[in-house]
Amino acid sequence: MSVLVFAETSEGKFKKSAFEVTSYGKKVAEQLGTNVVVLAINSSDPTLLYTYGAEKVLNVLNDSLKTFNVKIFANIIKQAAEKENSQVVILDSASNSLYLGPNVAVNLNAGYVTNVVALPSSTSPLTVKRKTFSNKAFNNTILNTDIKVISLAKNSYGLIENEVSGSIEEFSPSLVESNLTSERIEQTTGKVTIADADIVVSGGRGLKGPENWGMIEELAEILGAASACSKPVSDLGWRPHSEHVGQTGKPVASNLYIAIGISGAIQHLAGVNSSKVKVVINTDPEAPFFKAADYGIVGDAFEVVPKLIEKLKEFKANNA
Amino acid sequence: MKILVCISHVPDTTSKINFTENDSKFDSNGVQFVINPYDEFALTRAMWFKEKQGATVTVVNVGNVSTEPTLRKALAIGADNAIRVNTEATDGLAVAKELAEVVKNGGYNLVLAGKESIDYNGGMVPGMLAALLDFSFVNACIGLEIDGDKATISREIDGGKEILTSNLPLIIAGQKGLVEEKDLRIPNMRGIMMARKKPLSIVEPVNNSPATSIASFEKQAAKSACKLVDNVDELISLLHNEAKVI
Ligand SMILES: Cc1cc2nc3c(=O)[nH]c(=O)nc-3n(C[C@H](O)[C@H](O)[C@H](O)COP(=O)(O)OP(=O)(O)OC[C@H]3O[C@@H](n4cnc5c(N)ncnc54)[C@H](O)[C@@H]3O)c2cc1C
Repeated sequence: MSVLVFAETSEGKFKKSAFEVTSYGKKVAEQLGTNVVVLAINSSDPTLLYTYGAEKVLNVLNDSLKTFNVKIFANIIKQAAEKENSQVVILDSASNSLYLGPNVAVNLNAGYVTNVVALPSSTSPLTVKRKTFSNKAFNNTILNTDIKVISLAKNSYGLIENEVSGSIEEFSPSLVESNLTSERIEQTTGKVTIADADIVVSGGRGLKGPENWGMIEELAEILGAASACSKPVSDLGWRPHSEHVGQTGKPVASNLYIAIGISGAIQHLAGVNSSKVKVVINTDPEAPFFKAADYGIVGDAFEVVPKLIEKLKEFKANNA
Repeated sequence: MKILVCISHVPDTTSKINFTENDSKFDSNGVQFVINPYDEFALTRAMWFKEKQGATVTVVNVGNVSTEPTLRKALAIGADNAIRVNTEATDGLAVAKELAEVVKNGGYNLVLAGKESIDYNGGMVPGMLAALLDFSFVNACIGLEIDGDKATISREIDGGKEILTSNLPLIIAGQKGLVEEKDLRIPNMRGIMMARKKPLSIVEPVNNSPATSIASFEKQAAKSACKLVDNVDELISLLHNEAKVI
């Protein structure tokens, strides 16, 4: 018996969420009285996982796996789960892992829950708390199958250090055929993505037009943050769709979310309220975002944001 | 091309979410139901294939009789016919197994769905359906072109996009970008009239035992009041010393 964790890599490097799922998997294994095994594909340094409790790491080294393929990767996870006799398989919520989850579950004949935010509240039957109704509520879901697949919501458990002296095993699974071919990847270079960001700076219709996004990007850069926007801003073509956050856009679960000129419509809040700390800057004290935020400034973005940029530069210089 | 569009029947995005029966059930009292917003992108793309490439479009929902107005709305938007699998949708795997039967029986070679439903947010049915049928699958799909038997698909990835190709059969889970927001359709009077006469067939479920079940619901805990600050110095100090996020 074991708990299997899939630790996602990007160009050989672990995503931050890989450490979070390892931390979580270690604890779930303890609850179940078993061991955690972490599967990595083409990791350049699998020993990094020891810090988060990985007792055993299966590292697959294979150049043909440098390109992601859902069917092939899911089948590798299945082979690892079978080899390790895993009862629970844990994935993160990065885009590739969410793509893999359903396939892994079907091939292991497993119940599958996504958006999980906490350790199991019971191990028999295995019961987990998850976000539902677009972050407006939670539910406690029971997994009735022998094997269970869990996707942990981003930034819901955290990175928990738990140094162990682990071991690495090279794992050479067989590769299945796939009809799906990756032709190319178009990366928006050099920018922090909303999925990976600890801080997200977001602008709404209150910013009046695309020409005013310079200060949003500057603020984001100082904070090492990703930039985002409300739905109408992307519908109007002021910003790309990839920046649209909310119930029908990207979910945000950052440590800090700064909303500038955003009213705080229910659909917007649904997508961003998993962020730990929310700041609103808005001229209208009645804007609904003030009810959802932790800190707020009632004021004109065109005055407040330039000041904030200036003061943050000083702050960063003093705290470097 | 025979297209199947999966339609989830979900509470309108403005709905207040409440629970009944000791927090064990969603309270649908006073809630308005709509086509799942992600599925609207899929349906709109299907209409494009119907009009430009002569595809036939069937819409399907796994649910009880209360979901029929949502299927009629999809017919009013232009789908040719509808299927309702007559069972409560409780678990992603169980729903995917019902849909797999529909796909096999109908011989569809393109299945378009939304990337998740905005009620339970499982995000798993399309991928499970593809795995059950061994069809190619693309999640978070933001572009789809079909030329004969060959599909070119764009997928959103963290920080960019990936372009993929596959032969049909294919299943995609769509989102904004698959079509533009402004191209989404609202049913017109003629569409609504025609929809009444279009076939909506009811098929009985294969009924498999659910892999998961919901024990209880909880609402978000009430949040403490927002601290209003007068100037940016104070904000920076609070974010640094109190919230410890910068
Ligand atoms: C089915 C459906 C799904 C939706 N999904 C989403 C979603 O995923 N994400 C999303 O964001 N929305 C979504 N919406 C739209 C949502 O209802 C709102 O319309 C939208 O969030 C409003 O965007 P906004 O706050 O930028 O604009 P507005 O509501 O126009 O707000 C602009 C705000 O800026 C403030 N302001 C104006 N000038 C200034 C200034 N100089 N300085 C500071 N503040 C200023 C105003 O006081 C106002 O509060 C959805 C709607 C529907 C129907």
